[in-house]
Amino acid sequence: MNKYMIYLNTKRCIGCHGCEIHCKANKKLPFGAILCEIDHEPLVSIKGVPKTEFSFRSCYQCDDPYCASICPTQAISKREDGIVLVDEEKCIGCMACAGACPWGVPQLNQEKNKMVKCDFCVDRVDIGLKPVCVTKCTTQALRFVTLTRF
Amino acid sequence: MKKNVYSMCGMCTVRCPIRVEVEDNEVVWLEGNPYLLGGALCAKGSAGTALVKDDERPQQPLIREGGRGAGRWRKASWSEAFDYVTEKLKKIKQEYGPESLVVSSRGGPWQGMYKTFCHAFGSPNYTNHDSTCGRNTHHASLSVNGVGRKGFVYDIKNSKHLVLFGRNMFASLRIAENLQTMDMLQKGGRLTYVDVRQTMTGLKATRFFQVRPGTDYALTLSFIHEIVKRQLYDNVFIEKYVTDFEQLCTFIEEYTPAWAAKECGVKEKSILAFIDEVAEDMPQVIFHPGWMLSRYKDSFYASRALHILNVLMGNIEIKGGLIMPKGPGDCGKPGIRNFDCPKPDIKRADGVGWKYKHFDKGPGLQHLFFDAMRTGKPYPVKAWIAMRHDPFTAMPDPQAQKLAFDNCDLLVSIDTHYSEFGWYCDVILPESMYLERDNPVCVQKGPKPRLAVRRKAVEPVYDTRPGWEIFKELADRLDLQDYFPHSTIEDIWAWQLEPTGLTIDDFQEKGFVELTDEVIMYDRDSLDGKIKTPSGKIEIISSKLTDAGLESLKPYISPPKPPKGQFRLVFGRSAVHTHGHTINNILLYELMPENTLWINTRVASKLNVKEGEIVDVIAADGFKQRIKAHVTDFIHPECVFTVHGFGRQVPLQSRAYHAGMSDQKLMVGMLDNWDRAGGGMNLCESFVTVRRSARNPKRRVEL
Ligand code: SF4
Ligand code: SF4
Ligand code: SF4
Ligand code: SF4
Repeated sequence: MNKYMIYLNTKRCIGCHGCEIHCKANKKLPFGAILCEIDHEPLVSIKGVPKTEFSFRSCYQCDDPYCASICPTQAISKREDGIVLVDEEKCIGCMACAGACPWGVPQLNQEKNKMVKCDFCVDRVDIGLKPVCVTKCTTQALRFVTLTRF
Repeated sequence: MKKNVYSMCGMCTVRCPIRVEVEDNEVVWLEGNPYLLGGALCAKGSAGTALVKDDERPQQPLIREGGRGAGRWRKASWSEAFDYVTEKLKKIKQEYGPESLVVSSRGGPWQGMYKTFCHAFGSPNYTNHDSTCGRNTHHASLSVNGVGRKGFVYDIKNSKHLVLFGRNMFASLRIAENLQTMDMLQKGGRLTYVDVRQTMTGLKATRFFQVRPGTDYALTLSFIHEIVKRQLYDNVFIEKYVTDFEQLCTFIEEYTPAWAAKECGVKEKSILAFIDEVAEDMPQVIFHPGWMLSRYKDSFYASRALHILNVLMGNIEIKGGLIMPKGPGDCGKPGIRNFDCPKPDIKRADGVGWKYKHFDKGPGLQHLFFDAMRTGKPYPVKAWIAMRHDPFTAMPDPQAQKLAFDNCDLLVSIDTHYSEFGWYCDVILPESMYLERDNPVCVQKGPKPRLAVRRKAVEPVYDTRPGWEIFKELADRLDLQDYFPHSTIEDIWAWQLEPTGLTIDDFQEKGFVELTDEVIMYDRDSLDGKIKTPSGKIEIISSKLTDAGLESLKPYISPPKPPKGQFRLVFGRSAVHTHGHTINNILLYELMPENTLWINTRVASKLNVKEGEIVDVIAADGFKQRIKAHVTDFIHPECVFTVHGFGRQVPLQSRAYHAGMSDQKLMVGMLDNWDRAGGGMNLCESFVTVRRSARNPKRRVEL
């Protein structure tokens, strides 16, 4: 079972797209690749105020990742704590994973010709820090949640 | 080895505190200062890392070779560029006198340095960008309270109700303020938002008034009417501190909620319900008096009305209200030293102080220099140094501006990027970007004042210099070294901090030094001396305005409806760009490569324009730009809206070049359209024609 998830408090989110850039800047990603996305529904008027709900999507770190099973070089693996990781050494940049993932999450890093995807900032998580998007969210709307089994 | 640097962001002029980690002269981590912002930063703040590497910014001094704006530059060394500028300045001084120089900046905590340079040179003509931003708000505050717009900070966190008129704070981000507002809302506080369109801020509102463009003043008047009628105001506060309240009561009688509802296109019962809420929430109701209010002909009076609403709430100097900022003196501590030179005793060329006596003499009014350039009266303006300031982006009608600037013999731009004005200048002196430079220490006033400083995180990538050094080098060559005696930033810091007993090392731990542990509040029963109007009271009828022949309580005049087929052109911000500064930043460009034209669904369908189609936007003189339409229900049909800063024409900015549309270029003939009472420009008083563009092809023949 996955140990972590990223939760968006949509009441606090202001759709500023900061998280997207925090992530890109941290991973030094070139033009094109984007690992998380903020989106919202079309506005509807509720009690005279046009409103919408924001959504945050990175990688679902699936239980049985489609991206991993299709990868011809077995570059994608799932850790004990649920985080789905790509091994850049093994990745050949074929991007079969992007086609297999229902949400098109895997991105091509054009500079390296390697796949890149959200890894919950595993390097930070492993030293007790929170993912970048969570740490730097403009309004502290994102939370990194450790799931507990009941 | 990893280096930890506390500094200040420079992607917009909010200057949020940041913490930077540097390894081998590379920024490896950048976040909001954990002590003040808990790490939070906006998209622009993170995109600062892309600016370091951006090779589409000026990389060494440039001296113009071809005609102005032709883009033929000679790469020059710094000493060559400094010599070039100072030789020209000396010649201009000899021929026309020192007062023919104007130094402009955007403003900010270091403007003392630029002002000192200007004054030391012998010119009184220091100015900043504020006549296209907060001047109306500033003068409104001065006229009511005797203190400028920075004379209050808003304790939003502890308020119960925040009322914003077009202050789109979740796009024009100030992170500390945004966090406060979110916390307030999460505690169940209210947010009332008034605008001509729905925005990110309006989405968070508990009440939203979509008003007809230009009718803000009407709505504020009806609020005052209803509060007075229901006697909700803080009578004790008013009796003690306010003059001419009776006149306000008489003036306001005709401006009923029913009248305003009709005028603004909102529901009367919403206004009444809003006042019910105010009654519940007061005195912790903050009527934000506006930030950028260089908009409508009566924005100054709308801002005055908002200040008066705060006075009626009695929210001054209370928790959850408007708090007077405190400085080192209030903490019983000595202040820091700053660059200074008294203003030469010469009339300002913009007329502020002698022709226009009711305006703040500090930065004067930038747009009034154009007349001096064109006519040579009261005396010629022949040289302009723009420090981090882009008149062609900030002010309307760059074409008309160019005709005026052509009367100058020297135009200099000091900036980190190519500004539109810089591209037209004779010399570009490239400043190191904010992560590459140190700045002097500055005081951050507030309920808990502190000292803060910007520190260099990485060495400059290109042959650029920090601002302090540029002014120092210019000053040296003009024999003004007495005013700029320090040759290193360490010397400047030491000299600034000497009276305080602090050293720059004291900033190492957190990036700032707090001057007090506790919030300092003045005794609300004896605010005498704090209200700095001529009478020492909060003036409903401002004696300064009266002396200038201006009304304090101006009867409302309904704004004209746009002529048939035309729309009022309204502009604003997005959370991912800072006006024209960031359009070419590769990370931000990727998020928002161009702007769109917001247009009301009903109107668009009449024009046969669908979402995403290209429209022509045509100015009064036929000047035309093209832009994609964003068709939405959530904008008033009388106006169209676009995000400011796009439509740039600097060829070396390959991403921003001609991306999107520039609102200011459509404001033809608007350079002289300004408010005699508030001093601000009326930037939302122009009308444009919109039509479906021929650029939406039906057929396409290849070969
Ligand atoms: S940074 Fe935070 S507030 Fe901004 S869009 Fe992302 S989640 Fe929302
Ligand atoms: S990339 Fe797609 S398929 Fe793979 S784990 Fe993430 S969401 Fe699942
Ligand atoms: S968790 Fe890390 S990798 Fe994933 S979206 Fe957030 S910042 Fe990017
Ligand atoms: S609001 Fe954003 S760009 Fe402006 S100073 Fe703060 S972090 Fe920087």
